Amino acid sequence: MPALLRRFLPVLILLALVVALPFLLKSAYQLRVATLVFTAGLTAIGLNILMGHAGQVSLGHAGFGGIGAYAVAILPTHYGIHPLAAFGLGVCAAGLLAYAVGRPILRLRGHYLAVATLGMGMLIAMVIQNQQGLTGGPDGMQVPRMELFGWRVRGAETWYWICGGFLILGAVLAVNLIDSPTGRALRAVHDSEVAARVLGIDVARAKLTAFTISAVYAATGGALLAFVNAFVTPDIAGFLHSVELVTMVVLGGLGSVVGAVVGATILVVLPQVLTVFHEYEHLAIGLIMIGVMIFMRAGVVPTLIGLVRGRSA
Amino acid sequence: MTCHSALKSLLGGATLALALAAPAVAQETIKIGAVLSATGPASFLGDPEEKTLKLYVDRINAAGGVGGRKIQLVTYDDGGDANKAKTFAQRLVEEDKIVAMVGGSTTGTTMAMIPVFEDAEVPFISLAGAIEIVEPVRKFVFKTPHTDKMACEKIFDDLKKRSLAKIGLVSGTGGFGASMRKQCLAVAAKYGVEIVADETYGPKDTDVTPQLTKIKGTAGVQAVVNADFGQGPAIVTRNYRQLGITLPFYQSHGVASKQFIDLAGEAANGVRLPASALLVADKLPDSDPQKKTVVGYKTTFEEVAKQPVSTFGGHAYDGLMMVVDAVKRANSTEPKKLRDAIEATKGLMGTAGAITMTPTDHMGLDLTAFRMLEIKNGDWTLAN
Amino acid sequence: MAELLQFIFSGLTVGAVYALVALGFTIIYNASDVVNFAQGEFVMLGGMATVFLAAAGLPLPLAAIAAVVVTVAVGLGLYLFAIKPARGASAVTLIIITIGASIALRGAAQIVFDKQFHRLPSFSGDDPIHILGATILPQSLWVIGGAGVILAALWWFFRVTLTGKAVLATAANRLAASLVGIDTRFVVGLSFALSAAIGAIAGILVAPITLTSYEVGTMLALKGFAAAMLGGMGNPIGAVAGGLLIGLLEAFGAGYLSSTYKDAFAFVVILLVLFVMPGGLFGARSVERV
Repeated sequence: MPALLRRFLPVLILLALVVALPFLLKSAYQLRVATLVFTAGLTAIGLNILMGHAGQVSLGHAGFGGIGAYAVAILPTHYGIHPLAAFGLGVCAAGLLAYAVGRPILRLRGHYLAVATLGMGMLIAMVIQNQQGLTGGPDGMQVPRMELFGWRVRGAETWYWICGGFLILGAVLAVNLIDSPTGRALRAVHDSEVAARVLGIDVARAKLTAFTISAVYAATGGALLAFVNAFVTPDIAGFLHSVELVTMVVLGGLGSVVGAVVGATILVVLPQVLTVFHEYEHLAIGLIMIGVMIFMRAGVVPTLIGLVRGRSA
Repeated sequence: MTCHSALKSLLGGATLALALAAPAVAQETIKIGAVLSATGPASFLGDPEEKTLKLYVDRINAAGGVGGRKIQLVTYDDGGDANKAKTFAQRLVEEDKIVAMVGGSTTGTTMAMIPVFEDAEVPFISLAGAIEIVEPVRKFVFKTPHTDKMACEKIFDDLKKRSLAKIGLVSGTGGFGASMRKQCLAVAAKYGVEIVADETYGPKDTDVTPQLTKIKGTAGVQAVVNADFGQGPAIVTRNYRQLGITLPFYQSHGVASKQFIDLAGEAANGVRLPASALLVADKLPDSDPQKKTVVGYKTTFEEVAKQPVSTFGGHAYDGLMMVVDAVKRANSTEPKKLRDAIEATKGLMGTAGAITMTPTDHMGLDLTAFRMLEIKNGDWTLAN
Repeated sequence: MAELLQFIFSGLTVGAVYALVALGFTIIYNASDVVNFAQGEFVMLGGMATVFLAAAGLPLPLAAIAAVVVTVAVGLGLYLFAIKPARGASAVTLIIITIGASIALRGAAQIVFDKQFHRLPSFSGDDPIHILGATILPQSLWVIGGAGVILAALWWFFRVTLTGKAVLATAANRLAASLVGIDTRFVVGLSFALSAAIGAIAGILVAPITLTSYEVGTMLALKGFAAAMLGGMGNPIGAVAGGLLIGLLEAFGAGYLSSTYKDAFAFVVILLVLFVMPGGLFGARSVERV
């Protein structure tokens, strides 16, 4: 039992958070900020599978988010497809694309992989930016409201629960995956690719699985964000957003599900808090990032866990 | 600066406390919100806009406020990101409880914020260019700048007068350039203009000679139009001169700041562009009805901000004045009444021209508000 | 012919800037394994500081030198206060630190300087030089020449001077280098100073052509990083080749294919090159050991 409990502890923590927050948050604005944390957190959990467990960097994951987001914008607007079906199609498209480009790209290592994924993300962003007729170009486009059985899905609270639900679902799947044979294979790959190969692990396959799964997470997060905003702009697929996602994962703590959400919280909530600094906002964000990484170099959550363990021991 | 604004918010807080303590005596402040792209790729727009708003709110308050009530300005920087803009918009409406919003530097951020203000029924005066903002008309959404469609029309009108029909278009792929390119392609036929070369460049590109070389090599080009804002047009203009192209060269209202001439240097001479009267404020005849407004804004802004005036800051001025004017006429700060008053704005003289709103026109400007300027000897002059 | 030549001039000018940024990446990476995403901010600082010092009344050459000194100080500060305290952290943690530094430097620049675009006067005028029907600005020759001089100076530094050899030794094997008595911390600090200086010089040379603002660093870091990887991370010749190649690809892409997708064209070529040569054009064919 304790083993099972330990395994699902991250999920329980997140579940408690999602359920408790509405009692603390007063306005739709605060609910929205929480919702943004959930969508970003979902993407970060997925990216964490790739970075924290398989040990592979991606500087292009915002591209997959962009595919999910623009699928729910373009397909209903131009082709009359139901938003829910568009959601599914977008997520599948991102997964398939990741599967297709993953094979050649994942042969690259370290910084070379970073630049290749960067290129891939830039290509997606460029298509979105320039296919003005379809995507509305740099000014973005509206996302039609979703209608389910005659009920229009809208309102801050509704989307809060939907995104919260997806976050929990994402966390459950991630926790299960990490403890599955695939998860163990990924960890072996992370430690040493050659050693893993000697042990008979299909390294390429394990990495490809992680890459595809993380793309599916990113596309889901992107599509949810598009629904919440009812509007998308190409920023969502841009390089800076990719960097932001990587930063979330590393700040929160590589390999930690709760860490990914904590990282997302930091980057989403901090700009809201730092508005009191006016023009010093960016300087403050940069310095905080440096400070956190120097003093909590394993990331916020693993460092705190280490501290607590160290004290109780 | 921060010390100053901290002091200001402190003062604002004190005023508020006073208002709470003696509601019958002290008047409530008029809370106006602004989400601007003060940093990021559109800081070219957001920075002068923010400076203008702060500067004029301070001046209005120093002069006793509007009808005895002080204005309190709440600004947020969205960095050009539509997602952030929407969050801040919601914060303005729900946490800050503003009565009107003057802001939204880009079309992308504006479009993302529209539903928030429509739902909350708070008037929203956008400072962005694209026509989609006011077409179709939305009940609570207004805008101050001329549309990019009008810029295209003004340029094509001038081309027609000079009997130039075949043009090369070179536009930036950022929001401003892409939107204007679309509008220019759409209205070209109406003016008998044929776009024979259509090139683009990225918002951060530092060299556009390959694109211009291609246009130069296109048969039949009689003039070149550049649709973009920021540093791009300055680079295009310098490249244009470097390649020795001598065809008439048009820029858009996106470069309407003295800074463009400083950046483009010698190469700027001979460039024509449609812009508001603001740029040629001191050259307007005294009989011009806009003269007083534009000279006043230009002098004030340049004195305080210590940088050349731009039409973008002017848009913010116009937006703020529309709200102030509406508060006076409505004699209320109830958002819905303000909206009605804004829609009834009539003949308000702004930097962009005389503004007259109607229920079917939430911009209130016509083509006459645009002047065709030509740069000569490093300064603006009125063409024709 | 004239068109082709024009595209080559354009590509070389832009490429030379990418090459200098890529060189900065390479030098720091070699000495410390850190991928410094604040490299673009060095370029920004060089240009902006010169603009503002010149505006404050300093003659241009003095302003330029002072700007290089300021940037070097910032580079050393970055090492001493952000990289050195995190010694031993993982590569990705260090990358996030440099990203944080780049955000902070941009944030500081918007306060210390301003958010406007600025231009330096061209060093030798603005009259284009005509060659076989194509034109090139004298300032472009300054940029390309400057890149050449810096590369030559680096070559001399690494091959001839003892300090340079110490840097190379550290790059090859840090542990071994410290065992033979090389102060590797000094070497890493030196590499940050050197990278900052190169970045600042690049920023000053291009400011008359490309204009400068507090934000120019982001795009340059991205392109410079891609150039360094294309050439093969850690190889200075590769960095320069990678930079020039990307510049030329963009110019040819814009000229012959589609100006809208010229960046895409450049990145597709980078991807194809990496698929065939996973270590970049001049990268070492390394074998991973367990």
